[in-house]
Amino acid sequence: MAKVKGDIVVDIERCKGCEVCIDTCPTGTIAMVDAVNGKGYHYMQNVNDACTGCTNCAIVCPDGVIEVYRVKV
Amino acid sequence: MEKELRLMKGNEAFAEAAIRAGTDGYFGYPITPQSEVMEYLMAEKPHERTGMVVLQAESEVASINMLYGGAGCGKKVMTSSSSPGISLMQEGISYMAGAELPCVILNVVRGGPGLGTIQPSQSDYSQSTKGGGHGDYRLITLAPSSVQEMYDSVKLGYELAFKYRNPVLVLSDGAIGQMMEKVEIDAQVERLSEEQIREQHPWATLGRHNGRERNIITSLDLDPARQERHNEALQRKYKEVEEKEVRYEKINCDDADYIFVAYGTSARICQKSMQLAREKGIKVGLFRPITLFPFPKKELHEMAGQVKGILSVEMSAGQMIEDILLAVEGKVKVEHYGRMGGIIPAPGEVVDALEQKIVKG
Amino acid sequence: MEDTLVKSEIIKPENRVYKKTDLMTEKVLSYCPGCGHGTAHRIIMEVIEEMGLTEDTIGIAPVGCSVLAYEFMNVDMQQAAHGRAPALATAVKRLMPHKTVFTYQGDGDLAAIGTAETIHAANRGERITIIFINNGIYGMTGGQMAPTTLPGMKSSTSPYGRDLDMMGHPLKITELVAQLPGTHYVTRQAVHTPSNVRKTKKAIRKAFELQHQNVGMTFIEIVSNCNSGWKMTPVQANKWMVDNMFPFYPLGDIKVDGKMVEG
Repeated sequence: MAKVKGDIVVDIERCKGCEVCIDTCPTGTIAMVDAVNGKGYHYMQNVNDACTGCTNCAIVCPDGVIEVYRVKV
Repeated sequence: MEKELRLMKGNEAFAEAAIRAGTDGYFGYPITPQSEVMEYLMAEKPHERTGMVVLQAESEVASINMLYGGAGCGKKVMTSSSSPGISLMQEGISYMAGAELPCVILNVVRGGPGLGTIQPSQSDYSQSTKGGGHGDYRLITLAPSSVQEMYDSVKLGYELAFKYRNPVLVLSDGAIGQMMEKVEIDAQVERLSEEQIREQHPWATLGRHNGRERNIITSLDLDPARQERHNEALQRKYKEVEEKEVRYEKINCDDADYIFVAYGTSARICQKSMQLAREKGIKVGLFRPITLFPFPKKELHEMAGQVKGILSVEMSAGQMIEDILLAVEGKVKVEHYGRMGGIIPAPGEVVDALEQKIVKG
Repeated sequence: MEDTLVKSEIIKPENRVYKKTDLMTEKVLSYCPGCGHGTAHRIIMEVIEEMGLTEDTIGIAPVGCSVLAYEFMNVDMQQAAHGRAPALATAVKRLMPHKTVFTYQGDGDLAAIGTAETIHAANRGERITIIFINNGIYGMTGGQMAPTTLPGMKSSTSPYGRDLDMMGHPLKITELVAQLPGTHYVTRQAVHTPSNVRKTKKAIRKAFELQHQNVGMTFIEIVSNCNSGWKMTPVQANKWMVDNMFPFYPLGDIKVDGKMVEG
């Protein structure tokens, strides 16, 4: 069975740190970071390589800040 | 081509004119004394004649907001109502003025305040000419005094509404709406196609064709500096309207010692009063504003220097007299004579008032 | 092999599987963090893009938090007076039946001040789509009680909770609208999880398709959150919504193909 590997690109400056995405990640790839963006919000980031590119985080993000990439390996 | 003549009620003439002027949509709600407008339209099946949409809305509030939607698409839209219904529309009219949307609104005025009466009145002058709803805005206000002028006000109304992207109010009254007179009907104007609207009204929300930027119809701007600039632009527009669009009629004013200033039904009464007064040796003329906004200030100012007194004759407690007073700047005596509650003054009463308040006073 | 794959090999245009649609403008959304409005806006725009409707869609924005929807939705838009969006949409659609016309309204706009416009547009069977965001509160004006505020729910004008004797009952306007013969498809959805977003998007697509089948009004309620008004974090608000809003406003289709859904 083909496996997939994914990654995300986050528009950090538009992230409002709502955390709605965090629990939607099936692989625990994303988390809030301690740093803040220009607006003073903590933002989300991928913190490990487990992303499968499922798009869950991007789909629930109210501000549309996440781009998702996926390859079959 | 020979002109077509018909005997029609004012309200019916307005409705026929709506079809002939290429109106895209009429949205209205029944109220006396103007229900004939929608009745005529429904009976005429304009959707078959020209493709025009006629819709009976659930309220005047909905009607005027349907106008907003249609006008936002660059369509020729109109409604008609009478005083209490026009009051209900004020919110929507203010939004349309703010969003700079063209439309034609007919007010067949009845006496107020409140439910008042169904008889004719001119007590909505201030509401019509000073804005009516919230915010600094003006409506171009036309005052027909015959069935023919009711008819003509549709075409003229659209011309002005689209030229200035502003609502036009036709201020009629129950007498002109209900009376029957001869009307000259003109040829059918074709409704504009979507392509023509795109060309003529590039601001219209018809969909983002060919990748153009989106169009937005709104009266909102939360930035005070931009909102002020928008207001200033509106004021410049109203000033331009005041400079270019004044319309009025003068009858027997050249040799007059006195003048009546009256519009609509009152102007018709004053024609007879003028004749009666002249039979008594009082040389009186009639100055009839056809546009109430813009009000013919300059012309009245000039006349004020030539006469001994002005009688403002209105079927109200005296509303237009305020504009006359501002126009003449104290150069001549100005008095008001009017009836309220749906009563049309008799020509003799007006002559008596002229004698009592102006000639002897 | 997969272990050796590095970021730069994955993040390439040809591998992109999700990107915010260009039919959302670049403007930063004015909504609070976690507010469902942003998601709802985005999926409407995605459907329009995917269906190729960009050139022939007119949207109507309401008064409320989403008054500025026209700043974010990159299609032709009109901004309506409070509650009047269905009247605007009625005229737009009647004058141009081939267009796709939708309103986007909150619960105060649609179910209080605009009740008459909502009910009558639905009853006339206007061929428009109404997208109704219900978060049980007036958000923009600062969290006042809405027609949809739950029994006992606190708001700035029901600070001790909604007292049904004093303030009346919450209005299930979606069920009411579904009763009218003019509506063809009425559904209640949400956008707080990926699967709910996918279902809502499907519902919007279905509604837009139905607009061109001349069958009547399509009406989609989206039960959403107002974490600022409810005074919770976004994640807490979504949980509270599931626990409290969904039992009162159950998700699912209410009317399909012009027939009430049994159950």
